[in-house]
Amino acid sequence: MSFVKTTASVAILAAAATAASAQGREQVQVAGSSTVLPYANIVAEAFGESYDFPTPVIQSGGSSAGLKQFCEGVGENTIDIANASRPIRDTEIEACAANGVNDIIEVRIGYDGIVFASQQGGPEFTAFEPAQWYQAMAAELPQDGEMVANPNTNWTDVDSSLPDVEILAFIPGTKHGTREVFEEKVILQGCEDSGAMQSMMDMGMDEDATEEACMAVRNDGAAVDIDGDYTETLARIESNPNGVGVFGLSFYENNTDVLNVATMGGVEPSTETISSGEYPVSRPLYFYVKKAHIGVIPGLKEFAAFFVNDQVAGQGGPLADYGLVPDPELAQTQQKIENETTMSQEAS
Amino acid sequence: MVDIPDSRGTSTSSILTADKRTKKRNAAEKRFRFYGLAAICIGLSALVMLLASILYQGIPAFTQTKVTLEVPLSADVLDPEGNRDPEDIAKVITFGYAGLIEEAVENAIEEYGIEIEGLDDPAAIVSKQASAQVRNWVLKNPEAVGGTQQFSFYTTSRIDQYYKGKVTMASAELDSQISIEQIQLAEALEEAGALERGFNWDFIFAPDASDQRPEAAGLGVAIIGSAYMMLIVLCLALPIGVAASIYLEEFAPTNRLTDIIEVNISNLAAVPSIVFGILGLAIFINFAGLPQSAPIVGGLVLTLMTLPTIIISTRAALKSVPPSIRDAALGVGASKMQSVFHHVLPLAGPGILTGTIIGLAQALGETAPLLLIGMVAFVTEYPDAPPDGFFDPATALPVQVFNWTQRADPAFAERASGAIIVLLVFLAIMNITAILLRRRFERRW
Repeated sequence: MSFVKTTASVAILAAAATAASAQGREQVQVAGSSTVLPYANIVAEAFGESYDFPTPVIQSGGSSAGLKQFCEGVGENTIDIANASRPIRDTEIEACAANGVNDIIEVRIGYDGIVFASQQGGPEFTAFEPAQWYQAMAAELPQDGEMVANPNTNWTDVDSSLPDVEILAFIPGTKHGTREVFEEKVILQGCEDSGAMQSMMDMGMDEDATEEACMAVRNDGAAVDIDGDYTETLARIESNPNGVGVFGLSFYENNTDVLNVATMGGVEPSTETISSGEYPVSRPLYFYVKKAHIGVIPGLKEFAAFFVNDQVAGQGGPLADYGLVPDPELAQTQQKIENETTMSQEAS
Repeated sequence: MVDIPDSRGTSTSSILTADKRTKKRNAAEKRFRFYGLAAICIGLSALVMLLASILYQGIPAFTQTKVTLEVPLSADVLDPEGNRDPEDIAKVITFGYAGLIEEAVENAIEEYGIEIEGLDDPAAIVSKQASAQVRNWVLKNPEAVGGTQQFSFYTTSRIDQYYKGKVTMASAELDSQISIEQIQLAEALEEAGALERGFNWDFIFAPDASDQRPEAAGLGVAIIGSAYMMLIVLCLALPIGVAASIYLEEFAPTNRLTDIIEVNISNLAAVPSIVFGILGLAIFINFAGLPQSAPIVGGLVLTLMTLPTIIISTRAALKSVPPSIRDAALGVGASKMQSVFHHVLPLAGPGILTGTIIGLAQALGETAPLLLIGMVAFVTEYPDAPPDGFFDPATALPVQVFNWTQRADPAFAERASGAIIVLLVFLAIMNITAILLRRRFERRW
């Protein structure tokens, strides 16, 4: 082992470090929601192919993690775009501002449906109502003027029209943005529909306590939190034929040969029923652009504009093919990127 | 001969017939051997099951179904200005080429006289990668616009999976991504000789592809990223590790300070790798301002992680050189440094190399620290040649496996297993090299 060789290699690395830190970053860096990830991948790939700019680099990790990274500051070693499956929170805007990220452009790319599916060939779960899910999932139900632990163990206990199998549901874990939508649009809705909310109010609980009691999910094994991806939910469904899982519409559309989808409130989930608003469980998907990076990172504005281009995010485009529900107000979003309208400008 | 009567009467203490105690001891030994054998069998069968399931799932990823089509490069679509200027042709984005592919499939159906009732959207059997393939070719050959050109495209993953036995007519009926008629079309094209399955080098060399094109996804960027990181780890961890261990082993005085250092090195070797990732994010990215997703940061983090392993194995190798060698060298007038570099280090070399290779193999399979420094990403462009390439975004082999297992299309599961096979092959090569080096050069005293 010669010292000359080792010192030389260290010197080369050091030289390379200084050389590269002098040159700027060439490609757009994106991070965030794993729900938005496949769409971002599709757009990034097509963007790299169709333009002279390098292909953007897309990281996943979840909406919250992405926005946290986004708010770390302005500069080439911070990301340019954060994907999110929920709107940015006020606390996150404050955290951003504290680190100098003041101008944020909010871009809504479309809507995502949340579907309820079971194993193909398993028990026939064909139609659900939010009230049935509430009664199957709630930790405690109001009964004769007091809250009792959820006594339902079989789907027939909830509703005789449902299959005669034990309740076993695989729902998104609390770190997912999907969980919020599930709680608000299914469980809370079901709480209201079933009249449980009224009986809780009658028992003298205030509004916040009622809402909290409605959204408390049982933890006796009938509801299983899935902290991983939909692939994990699918694996659990495959090993538990009687289980029901919560999936994204695009994931379901890629696996229709093994999954059987149920209607919710009598409406079958599809891009059409979701865009018309008939299907109740859907949510908007977003990405957030750091305005300070436009003009510094080459291709950032072009990428954002390409993402919501009619040919990409519009009806019949590749994103709709993959399961994204196109936003009917896409033209306004395109205008917003063109004018670089930030969230604070929108508010005022 | 006279029989000598046994002085102890009917005692059984003959070495030919076992007494009770001996029997018991023999039985205990037999039992222990059985336990040992059973332990090995359990270990082996777990390994065999793991390997079998990975090989069963992953080997099909190395072949791919391709379809050969004549694509009409119609000028109306590709060159609306009609001036054959590559810049104007480049304005037609990838999605604009979809119509040409549809036309190509319809032409083929007509040419081969295929008639399938109820066939809807025949172009759905061709991968979406096809548009990109044609566009790249047209941009390189703008003069060909207006003619036709033969291309070999991937079929979509569903057709490919049909030939691999994972999609059946029954599953296709339920599948929204493929129809029975489309499978029949693929079979008709196969009979006509336009569709065949062959070895797919692109799986190893091509970059990753988006969720809509699992058939086009490859390991190219991940392999380069892993190679760059290993290079950085080797260039940094080996000299630093060897220098540290030579000093500790040969020169350092034995006192409280060196004891503390020694304990800490052993502790560092046991620190979970995610901790090094957090450290890397804080120091290399946030403080030093190095770029995200770059092999340089990955390499530096893995260097920190590998250093203790290399130091420990190097010290063991140095210790195993007998003191008589040092004494002899010092005895004929060599300086301490000469005795180390001329005599001890060459003899410890094979041990150091083995330790380094094992450390590298460990680093190659590491995912957790890379998670935090942005290497778990979708990267479709090859990094440049080093040293600039060290700062370009890349992924790594284990990260690619992690990425692919999360994607919705079932074809990615097959590719994830394929990627595991590639990773295992690299690991096996490294470990075999380590064993061979040890066998070839190791000296015993």
